[in-house]
Amino acid sequence: MTTSGAVARAPFDRSLLLIVPAAAFMLLLFVYPFLYGLALSFEPKEGGALGNYRHFFTTDNLWPTIWTTLRLALPATLINVGIGLPIAYKMRVKTRYQRWVTTLLVVPITLGTVLIAEGMLTYFGPRGWLSQTLQVLHIYDGPIRLTHNYWGVLISLVISGFPFAFLLILSYITGIDPVLSRAASTLGANPAAQFRHIYLPLLAPGLAMCFCLAFVQAFSVFPSAVLLGSPAGPTRVISIAAYEAAFEQYDYSLASAIAMIMGFVQLAVVAAVLGLRNFFYRGPVTGGKG
Amino acid sequence: MKHDFQELKLDRVTRRFAGAGGNAFAALNELTLTIRRGEFIALLGPSGCGKSTALNCIAGLLPLSGGNIWLDDERIDTLPPERRGFGMVFQNYALFPHMSVERNVGFGLRMRGVRAADVAPRVARALKLVQLVGQEHKLPGQLSGGQQQRVAIARAIVIEPPLILMDEPLSNLDAKLRLETRSEIRRIHRELGRSTVYVTHDQDEALSLADRIVVMKDGVVQQIASPQEVYTQPANLAVARFMGYRNVLELGIERQDGDRVVLSRDDIRLAGVRKQPLSGGSACVAIRPEELTVDAGADAANSIVGRVDNIEYGGRDSLVAVTTRSGVLLHVRSHVPVAIGQEVRVHVPVERALVYPQGGSA
Repeated sequence: MTTSGAVARAPFDRSLLLIVPAAAFMLLLFVYPFLYGLALSFEPKEGGALGNYRHFFTTDNLWPTIWTTLRLALPATLINVGIGLPIAYKMRVKTRYQRWVTTLLVVPITLGTVLIAEGMLTYFGPRGWLSQTLQVLHIYDGPIRLTHNYWGVLISLVISGFPFAFLLILSYITGIDPVLSRAASTLGANPAAQFRHIYLPLLAPGLAMCFCLAFVQAFSVFPSAVLLGSPAGPTRVISIAAYEAAFEQYDYSLASAIAMIMGFVQLAVVAAVLGLRNFFYRGPVTGGKG
Repeated sequence: MKHDFQELKLDRVTRRFAGAGGNAFAALNELTLTIRRGEFIALLGPSGCGKSTALNCIAGLLPLSGGNIWLDDERIDTLPPERRGFGMVFQNYALFPHMSVERNVGFGLRMRGVRAADVAPRVARALKLVQLVGQEHKLPGQLSGGQQQRVAIARAIVIEPPLILMDEPLSNLDAKLRLETRSEIRRIHRELGRSTVYVTHDQDEALSLADRIVVMKDGVVQQIASPQEVYTQPANLAVARFMGYRNVLELGIERQDGDRVVLSRDDIRLAGVRKQPLSGGSACVAIRPEELTVDAGADAANSIVGRVDNIEYGGRDSLVAVTTRSGVLLHVRSHVPVAIGQEVRVHVPVERALVYPQGGSA
């Protein structure tokens, strides 16, 4: 607004004080613990400042946890976004059953991961309903194992993560002016082409955002990896490694270092995806004056 | 998809919506209309009259509840919009925000599988027609409202559709731009000779653009006629009111002689021309403000005496409110200067006082 070189000093706006509680909250509960953990990670029990990091990347039951976690989090995120997109696209128009379907799909978000894990153990377990039903119907006679392994954790990540991804995508989709696809249809675009040329490009930035949030959530998986996976083997995720360091070996310094590595991996994936987002159009998603 | 046709026939096209309390109401009721090749048709009416519903039914964006649509001898009301191939210009433009002007205009051609080498020259020709050369690489968000509207028109005409549909395309533009774009639409129609259906609530737009006007009210067609006829000979009172017959006086019928009717009440006595069969003892006389003349001269025939209440200066003429002794308010366009409080005698030619039965619609 001010164009002259001598900037007129605006009187202090007292409503700015309203941010103090939120800022204090962030400082005390996020910034301080983070910086404390960062500093702590450079003070290992033995070795130099980088001793913990050297230890992590040279110990055979530590560094592979990065891949173990990525192997769970990336497919889970892809599945959640990949299934959420077509369902949300279908649900974009208000119909009689739209509200019911949406409610039904969102219910798992209200369940805790532990509750989901409990349910899955009885349902998917070797003596669970699914296994018994399949055997009774002679569809699959061998014992099926969907708990205490990789698949149990993956399924639980999909169940708990899907509603989140779905809701986020739904809000992006309903933000797109439906008149755009109607315009496309009068120009000869069939429904598939409307999706490909209108919805998908306009959704791409939102999908990238959704992917990031869902990925961060999945990457920090802990309870289901312990309860539904095999925490000693194929689902020994990075958060388990941090937990063991902190509460079994009482090495807070190493635990902090693992937490920092975990944060860095998340940041790297998020940065890569958001970097891709720049290749797409970002801006208003309406077709003119409304 | 056809590229040309002789006749587009709407046969009792009806569209019902679920209303409050579960009972359906007809937003469009048995619209029957034949659009000839090259014709410019305006659907005119107040908001909620069903004109946009009619347009969406033709485009295929709304399924019909009854009736058929025929393109020559092919029934098209069962086809989805992408297989009808009509160009449509939307009220809020509906430009694709993530595509450049060039890609917006070329979209329909690409969807039709036109070779990339042929798309560019056709897009360039369409942009030249709407005078947007030099804007090819901008995004719609970088254009003004008038330019966006012209992109929307170019996008609809570049596919050379047999029929162009326009849904209040000028309603988002300011007054000056609206006039310019209106002339542009007229010029483009003349150059391309494409049949056009144009929806508007603005009678000036309809009168200036259309070959034929379809006046609608409450989902029902009131009149289908040339602009001249709709303007001078409205079919019923509803059309008359909508076409600017602001003075509607309810008077008792004194005498009928052929289509000449003499009516009176209190201090008003007027002769007019009957437009619809009359019944009962009274009728309505509809007169435009510009067809009443302020005649200072005494005892002019077919005139009413009143006092000037209010004057709105309008440049070439003024809109004057005249109240008779019995309290009837008349709107008059006056070319002669008058003063508030002045007693005037306003005159209307017999053939310009149109007499309708009471009640409004037919």
